[in-house]
Amino acid sequence: MADTRPGAATRIIRWIDYRLPFVQFLNHELNEYPTPRNLSYWWNYGSLAGIMLVVMIVSGIFLAMQYTPSAELAFDSVERIMRDVNYGWLLRYAHMNGASMFFAIVYIHLFRGLYYGSYKAPRELLWILGVVILLLLIATAFMGYVLPWGQMSYWAATVITNLFSAIPLIGPSIVTFLWGGFAVGDPTLHRFYALHYLLPFVIVAVVLLHLVALHRHGSNNPLGIDHKGPQDTIPFHPYYTVKDLFGLSVFLLIYAFFVFFAPNFLGEPDNYIPANPMQTPNHIVPEWYLLPYYAILRSITFPILFISSKLAGVILAFSSILILFFLPWLDTSPVRSARFRPVYKWVFWLLVIDVIALGWVGANPPEGLVVAVGQIATFYYFVHMLILFPLIGKLERPRSLPSSIGAAVLGGGARLGGAGAPMAKP
Amino acid sequence: MLRHALAAAALSALLVAPAIARAAEEAPPLPHQEWSFDGIFGTYDRASSQRGFQVYKEVCSVCHAVKHLYFRDLADLGYSEGEVKAIAAGYQVTDPQPNDQGEMYQRPGRPSDPIPAPFPNDQAARNANNGALPPDQSMIVKARPGGPNYVYAILTGYKDPPPGFNMLSGMNYNEYFPGHQIAMPPPLSDNAVTFADGVPATVPQMAHDVVTFLAWASEPNLDDRHRTGIKVMLFLVVAAGIFYAVKRKIWAPVH
Repeated sequence: MADTRPGAATRIIRWIDYRLPFVQFLNHELNEYPTPRNLSYWWNYGSLAGIMLVVMIVSGIFLAMQYTPSAELAFDSVERIMRDVNYGWLLRYAHMNGASMFFAIVYIHLFRGLYYGSYKAPRELLWILGVVILLLLIATAFMGYVLPWGQMSYWAATVITNLFSAIPLIGPSIVTFLWGGFAVGDPTLHRFYALHYLLPFVIVAVVLLHLVALHRHGSNNPLGIDHKGPQDTIPFHPYYTVKDLFGLSVFLLIYAFFVFFAPNFLGEPDNYIPANPMQTPNHIVPEWYLLPYYAILRSITFPILFISSKLAGVILAFSSILILFFLPWLDTSPVRSARFRPVYKWVFWLLVIDVIALGWVGANPPEGLVVAVGQIATFYYFVHMLILFPLIGKLERPRSLPSSIGAAVLGGGARLGGAGAPMAKP
Repeated sequence: MLRHALAAAALSALLVAPAIARAAEEAPPLPHQEWSFDGIFGTYDRASSQRGFQVYKEVCSVCHAVKHLYFRDLADLGYSEGEVKAIAAGYQVTDPQPNDQGEMYQRPGRPSDPIPAPFPNDQAARNANNGALPPDQSMIVKARPGGPNYVYAILTGYKDPPPGFNMLSGMNYNEYFPGHQIAMPPPLSDNAVTFADGVPATVPQMAHDVVTFLAWASEPNLDDRHRTGIKVMLFLVVAAGIFYAVKRKIWAPVH
């Protein structure tokens, strides 16, 4: 006589689920959530970014247990973590290089969106939330970079906070307010620490919204066409969980290489010299992921009408990101994926080259050729965003789109059955 | 292999960075030493770093502090517990707490003490050194572009100034120092120390050894980091292989 009643575990889950539908929710978002069957490895970066956010928060919390945010002790407390805390060096190098990895992932994720038109209807808010996350990440990373209180920390804080002094009339007061004094100092470090701890949790909140928006219409895909039925989709789990896990392990290999074998390769030696307000480093450079904005900032060497060159630089550097908010409307093409856009497909790469050129400009002292390249690249960036995007969309004749994802992937509707349905429970 | 890949990456970074290239025009390229701690399998040469500690102790420590180092850290260099205690006891340190009469007092060092600095503060250090501040050495290898090669180059880069070079009084010509004028007089001379293991104390030998010691002082966990890193990489290679195989299998019916 077989007992047909469900087991104890199932009964407990059912009891909970009746009151708090958590398992139902997971099943809905992972097992039933239809995902286009043709996502390439470029679609791995979203989950990688989410994982990096967790890695940064966890390593950061453990670092915070040992770190002292005072101008007097900050530098030494970081060295204390490196030398005397068990695996402190691992925590610190993982966090420090994690920031670089996080940005690399986020930038690839962003350019993926640009290439495949992931910002177009109905995913405009999804994209906008992504840009909000980028802004929060930049603010968090900048304040985190100040915390070790080395020379670059101190002078980066000085240069960046001073940007606000370009605002007419109230600028200098704003800067004093940001500093909590008349120079970057102890109060500045304290507040940056408090905000550096706070902002990641704000990012978590915006990421959740980003996910809610994503799951409303599902992922875009390399073809950029909507899925039209079960033949076009597969459940997220196990297909994309396992694909993401493979991508994760490859990514971790690269991350681990930096952490264990080249932990300071992406950093500045100057940041191992304690902050010294009396001595300015020869070249103040931000971390690599902020170099393009820095290049735009410095490219405006002349006043524009009544706007000082400094203020114009600040406005343009901020605009270079803010302009992304309007991208869904600047791009007038009805076709999402660059695969079917014969002109945009090539022009896209000009933007990639342009941003890399800006990064190179940002890394070098602004003299001679560097200034000229910076100005041309800055000019091109805004031309690309404000003129090329609307113009190409209007003038280009897109290639014809496949009738459905399934048809394009499987070549005419073969082998449709089964895969579209959620995996049966064993 | 990985080291060469990294060196190639570093080289290409150098090629595209005129800032560094310009500095290289002023100073000759840094001499490239073979370091025991280079590469992913690198570890600190214990004998060399012990000799380096001796050079630091007998020469450098007259002016330079190593404020992030404690005597106990020296056990890392292969000194036994007894040797570390003996080294510490060879120093007089001011106890951080006053005695029962409320007075600060001196006592022999213990392994738990930081290695004492030669000067009580920066002003005293400047006063004793013609206005120049001898930088702390415990981070120096990490805090300079070029790292160990740069510190080695400075130690061995003293020369007579070229004719017509305008030297300030009290300064010394060093081809690798930015601006070529360095306040530190040539610190090393042949046989400035006598090594217990019989290694001849030439200037290049002492420079190499003291840089090995200073590299350890900057990054004392490097050995551990490299060892852990290799295990982590191997684990991840296996994990990636397994996930790839599983992925192929799971995806087989839907491709």
